[in-house]
Amino acid sequence: MANQLIVSLSPHVHGGDSVQRNMYGVVVALIPALLCSFYFFGIGAVLVTAVSVVSCLFIEWAVNRYLLKNPVLTIADGSAVVTGLLLAFNLPSNIPLWMVVVGALFAIGVVKMTFGGLGCNLFNPALAARAFMLISFPVEMTTWPVAGHSFAVYADAQTGATPLAVMKDAIKTGDTSMLDKLPSAFDMLVGSTGGCMGEVCALALLLGLVYMLVRRIITWHIPVSIIATVFVVTGVMHQLNPVFASPVLEVLSGGLMLGAVFMATDYVTSPMTPKGQLIYGVAIGLLTVVIRTFGAYPEGMSFAILIMNAFTPVINSYCKPKRFGSVEGSAK
Amino acid sequence: MKTFKIGGVHPEENKLSAAEPIRLAPLPQVAVLPVSQHIGAPAKPVVDKGDKVKVGQVIAEAGGFVSAPVHSSVSGTVLKIDSVIDASGYAKPAVFIQVEGDEWEESIDRSEQLVRLEELPGLTGKDIVAKIQSAGIVGMGGACFPTHVKLSPPPGSKIEWIIINAVECEPYLTADHRLMLEHADEILVGVSLLMRAVDVNKAFVAIENNKPDAIELMTQKARIYPGIEVVPLQVKYPQGGEKQLIDAVVNRQVPAPPALPASVGAVIQNVGTAFAVYQAVMKDKPLFERVVTVTGKSLARPSNLLVRMGTPMSQLIDECGGLPENTGKIIGGGPMMGKALLNVEVPICKGSSGVLIMDEKEARRSRPNPCIRCGKCVAACPMGLEPYLLADGAAHEMWDMLEANAVTSCIECGSCQFTCPSHRPLLDYVRMGKSTVTGIIKSRT
Repeated sequence: MANQLIVSLSPHVHGGDSVQRNMYGVVVALIPALLCSFYFFGIGAVLVTAVSVVSCLFIEWAVNRYLLKNPVLTIADGSAVVTGLLLAFNLPSNIPLWMVVVGALFAIGVVKMTFGGLGCNLFNPALAARAFMLISFPVEMTTWPVAGHSFAVYADAQTGATPLAVMKDAIKTGDTSMLDKLPSAFDMLVGSTGGCMGEVCALALLLGLVYMLVRRIITWHIPVSIIATVFVVTGVMHQLNPVFASPVLEVLSGGLMLGAVFMATDYVTSPMTPKGQLIYGVAIGLLTVVIRTFGAYPEGMSFAILIMNAFTPVINSYCKPKRFGSVEGSAK
Repeated sequence: MKTFKIGGVHPEENKLSAAEPIRLAPLPQVAVLPVSQHIGAPAKPVVDKGDKVKVGQVIAEAGGFVSAPVHSSVSGTVLKIDSVIDASGYAKPAVFIQVEGDEWEESIDRSEQLVRLEELPGLTGKDIVAKIQSAGIVGMGGACFPTHVKLSPPPGSKIEWIIINAVECEPYLTADHRLMLEHADEILVGVSLLMRAVDVNKAFVAIENNKPDAIELMTQKARIYPGIEVVPLQVKYPQGGEKQLIDAVVNRQVPAPPALPASVGAVIQNVGTAFAVYQAVMKDKPLFERVVTVTGKSLARPSNLLVRMGTPMSQLIDECGGLPENTGKIIGGGPMMGKALLNVEVPICKGSSGVLIMDEKEARRSRPNPCIRCGKCVAACPMGLEPYLLADGAAHEMWDMLEANAVTSCIECGSCQFTCPSHRPLLDYVRMGKSTVTGIIKSRT
């Protein structure tokens, strides 16, 4: 008997949290937006999502098994599913499927596994893949089907300009009346507009945010700081010059909600402390507005997040938590 | 409701034995009394093989100021002085006594009658500290720091309050809870004695609000004891840590080591210690028995037992229904900070607050996954440290980095490892880093 006792150091109990719980929690939080994308973009959205998730899982399994020779089945942790879903969310629903496979290969094969797999990557795999695809397939990546018009068709869907493209045109021409072409704030909230499949329905994304906050998968710091920064800065700009769209439309357009709720909050590539997360969020918000206003691309969210991913290690080394005993109310 | 400000977790409470009144544990056949049941110099044995001893007789004298004497917990004959593996896992010298009858020293007042402070008007602070010292009292929450040393704060520090630690934040343990329900007056007289010992007129008894019956009883009883206030606290681990408790109760933060709680004007004593102080000063009874929670989900009858020091844990487990077949781990103390025992013959010592049985499934750790940098350990750390960074730094032997990131402030509460979704052995590494860095700092002077 005595020889059979397990002797290990404390603590002897665990809270029960796990990587799977968090990753599949994110998957559940993505479901409302996923259903919205199926509703608005039909069969194309279903195909792109399926191909993206399956490719991500397969590539991670293959790299792990044949290149890294790791006997542990890492795809069970759920992170590849999350990457697959987020990658699909960042694509137009009529993109050729082989391009989706190339994107998955870049996301998992290059951005994630090259650095050592889960927890080691510097950049958000899905976003880095989106940037890669935007450069590689500029036409296919920026041809947006119109929501609700292409339920059963895939490749030949009717296409149209996204709200962000309209805003960009208004800024370029200085013609305020162009902004009249924008959909209403309500349409943008529910997602009845053009864009990447997962980004259009702000309401569904916010529902996911609430779920993740309630289950304590993420904290409020990153999403709130991004959204608040964009709202305040574009609000001031709109007041100064009406050629800039109203802050409500800015916040609801493009990948802002998707980025703020699901992409910027990726554990691996975002800062560890609340203070660091606020700095990171505010910087992403500012960069997004700068790129949307002055950049060549109409959308700035993904580049803003990727740029701040690169700063995350620096933020971590400067934003230390408040040490016990170093605050006011300590020794007299 | 009050609590500490930084971090913390809330483990499942599992207070299985909270409704079990304290029972007397049977006397052991052989009592094994280690001479080092406290922090500081080991006590020096003053008995030899063949000597007859009585309950309460000194068998080992204090080995210095930071030390405590050891008293016999039984009457009988000294068998030998030999080594025994105690709860720390190391072999330590101990006095083995063959139990014969139960004959107590005549000086001990064995009556149940309460003696109030007013009945001894001439008692000075010095008298009290001297009695505590000679009774061998140490911190009974588990740290085992000699109580008389804590009551002799360094010159220059002004003590304002006594804070009684009755939070019992470790899951499973209920010994302090039962003690308060069954001996409230004795504890409050003990607190009054501690107040007189350090010459303060304010004391707080801090109780977590998962013990509403104890809060109610103590609050009601405390009315007639001047200066004693019961403070209910929100349930959060590690509230029983000295620094966290001071922060929770009086909102002051003790600076980084080597600063002591006295530097912010507080002296902390465990509620069990306050009871022992009462018995030592008012009843002339040295510290040779204590309440121990014997518990576990697989145990037939989780209980609170009044146990003589030196009783082997196997006997307490038998008293609670016997060791279950599928036992995987036996822990001395609670599940968050307790120590896994090497065998069931480890004797109960002054700091043994509990014996916890875990079955094989509970006892095993999960396989660790890679760090996903979620920051949950940082949010959980009650000292404001970065456990992921410290663990990583320790694994790579980056001692300078660990020192710069305050590894020596770690209180080893385990909140980080408890929280980690990747089940990483964070505290194993941080402990290793802390002890190495502490050694490096010491070697500089």
